[in-house]
Amino acid sequence: MGYVVSNVAVAVLVAGAFWVARSVRRSDLWRGAAVDLWRRRPVAIVVVGIYVAIGLLDSVSWVGGGGTAAGDLVAQHKPRSVIDRLFPESFKERSYSAPFATAEFYGGQPLGNPGRHVFGTDILGRDVLRLVLKGTRIALLIGGLTSLIVIPLALFFGICAGYFGGRIDDAVFFVMSTLASIPSLLLLIALIMAMGQGPVQVCIAMGVTSWVGFCRVVRGETFKLRELDYIQAARALGVSEARIILRHVLPNLMHLVVITFVLLFSGLVLSEAILAWLGIGIDGSWGQMIDQARDELARDPIVWWNLSAASAALFGLILAVNLLGDAVRDVLDPRTLREEP
Amino acid sequence: MSEPVLSVEGLVTSFPGSGGQRLTVVDDVSFSLDEGEVLALVGESGCGKSMTAFSIMRLVPKPGHIGPGSIRLCGKDVLSLRVTEMRDVRGSDAAMIFQEPMTSLNPVQTVGSQVVEAIRLHERISVGDARRRTAELFERVGIPDPADRLDAYPHELSGGLKQRVMIAMALSLRPRLLIADEPTTALDVTIQAQILELMRELQRELGTAILLITHDLGVVNELSDRIAVMYAGRIVEEAPRKTLLSAPRHPYTQGLLRSIPSLARAGERLAEIEGVVPAASEWPAGCRFSTRCPRVEDRCRSEPPRPHVFGPDHRAFCHVAAREAGA
Repeated sequence: MGYVVSNVAVAVLVAGAFWVARSVRRSDLWRGAAVDLWRRRPVAIVVVGIYVAIGLLDSVSWVGGGGTAAGDLVAQHKPRSVIDRLFPESFKERSYSAPFATAEFYGGQPLGNPGRHVFGTDILGRDVLRLVLKGTRIALLIGGLTSLIVIPLALFFGICAGYFGGRIDDAVFFVMSTLASIPSLLLLIALIMAMGQGPVQVCIAMGVTSWVGFCRVVRGETFKLRELDYIQAARALGVSEARIILRHVLPNLMHLVVITFVLLFSGLVLSEAILAWLGIGIDGSWGQMIDQARDELARDPIVWWNLSAASAALFGLILAVNLLGDAVRDVLDPRTLREEP
Repeated sequence: MSEPVLSVEGLVTSFPGSGGQRLTVVDDVSFSLDEGEVLALVGESGCGKSMTAFSIMRLVPKPGHIGPGSIRLCGKDVLSLRVTEMRDVRGSDAAMIFQEPMTSLNPVQTVGSQVVEAIRLHERISVGDARRRTAELFERVGIPDPADRLDAYPHELSGGLKQRVMIAMALSLRPRLLIADEPTTALDVTIQAQILELMRELQRELGTAILLITHDLGVVNELSDRIAVMYAGRIVEEAPRKTLLSAPRHPYTQGLLRSIPSLARAGERLAEIEGVVPAASEWPAGCRFSTRCPRVEDRCRSEPPRPHVFGPDHRAFCHVAAREAGA
């Protein structure tokens, strides 16, 4: 039933996006920021949008509906996503073929689908374009799901520590210092070894090892906010502590959340590539494709398209997200000078 | 006569200092405030006047400690209330206006929603009704286009308008006591006059008692009925406004009044009080003002002065003035 969960997740995400868009439209501050952002980085936004669209299309899947080899009962009962359906079962070769080639790379046997593999095929004859597209979902999952773990965790502990101070602050700071003093790569490997190597487990492991930095920022910012007059004013009006945190502290941290999310995202996708190189990445990720291409570079003539396609996809996403992140920071950080349009 | 709105008796507020000693930033402060009365608490920065206000609201920042002493607000013993009971007192029995209107409003919420929040915190009324009441309040405090301003963000309003919003918020629940902590310090002079005028109008109309905390004697002259002068954590003199301004008894009050620049004495060198306020850890054992007092005697350095009554409602804490008055 995994595919049902995935479909529901897509629905929730799309609904969430609409809700966020509506809230942004309602608030002058955020609407202004969004317009400013679009004016600064239209290309990066479009590129990120395309990646997200591919990722979402690959997450919507269902059982049945043609495209499978006749008589292959297993394939007929397997949920396949929109991206899977774009590439039918017969769109496969026996081994390597270069982009747009008409014959196999080694040996020169004729291909089943000559000239139609845009990025060629890999050692098992799978279409590389399809693999790259399917890697998109995993990259987004790594960045998105891990951020979804990191940000609430860091917000919760950071706000508690910064707002209440005293013993709570000491306790949170102790945990943070302890985590920060363990080499994060070792901790990551240990966690993945302990929990298993599924995508969710890898995301949890990466989340546990990367919330400390943001938590420090939240703690410091909350310390500052706590002393501000409007928090005092709210207290003087009899507002409860929980309400002050929800209505007056949290909204004033949102710009940090947005900036952190964007910057964290690209860092996480990149570190998955390192994990893949260590052999503990997620199946089907770009990192794994790059890792597998190591042997291919040693051949003569070399098989270059596997590595190039995965690297280009990774590079494109990271570059677009980073450019977007810089612009988000410029737009939301009042200290950077804003040039008037 | 009915019970005063606020009566403070022997209030002490202290902070832990270095080496285990406690720094008493508010020391044995007593005063009371009747219905519809304006009491000005005057003193230099750091004399404990703001801490007195925070103590009344029980908003003294950690690790400060309030007590011993007693604070009775609208018949309730503030220091023995539970946290949740205190929350009900704040806003509805006593409200507070702060010094910096620029930072006293949450920058990411509309000003209307902040006032609505305040109203709905203490009263069960719908958002629509609360908004209507907020618009009326905005009109009452002289905000132009009140209905439109409800949806304005703080950065879209000037300092004067923000302070009007703060006043509207403070008065939204008709508190019996309004504590105004330097309400006009951050505003320019013309706006100051408008805000003071507004506060006086509202005070007469609603009968709210006001505890006005300020270092600006001009503001005191505008608004107050009675004045209490604080120095280094203690009240040194308390009297009706006219008496205190015309016939001050305590050397500190006299010095304070002499150091107001005046056009009548243009060209003369401005009088000043010699020296600086000692830090809370170095307050002298006797009269706190003894290190700077021009009329200091041996007795002042060792023995804290007791209050001496000079006239109706006029008392001062000074050995020298008391002896001269008695003689």
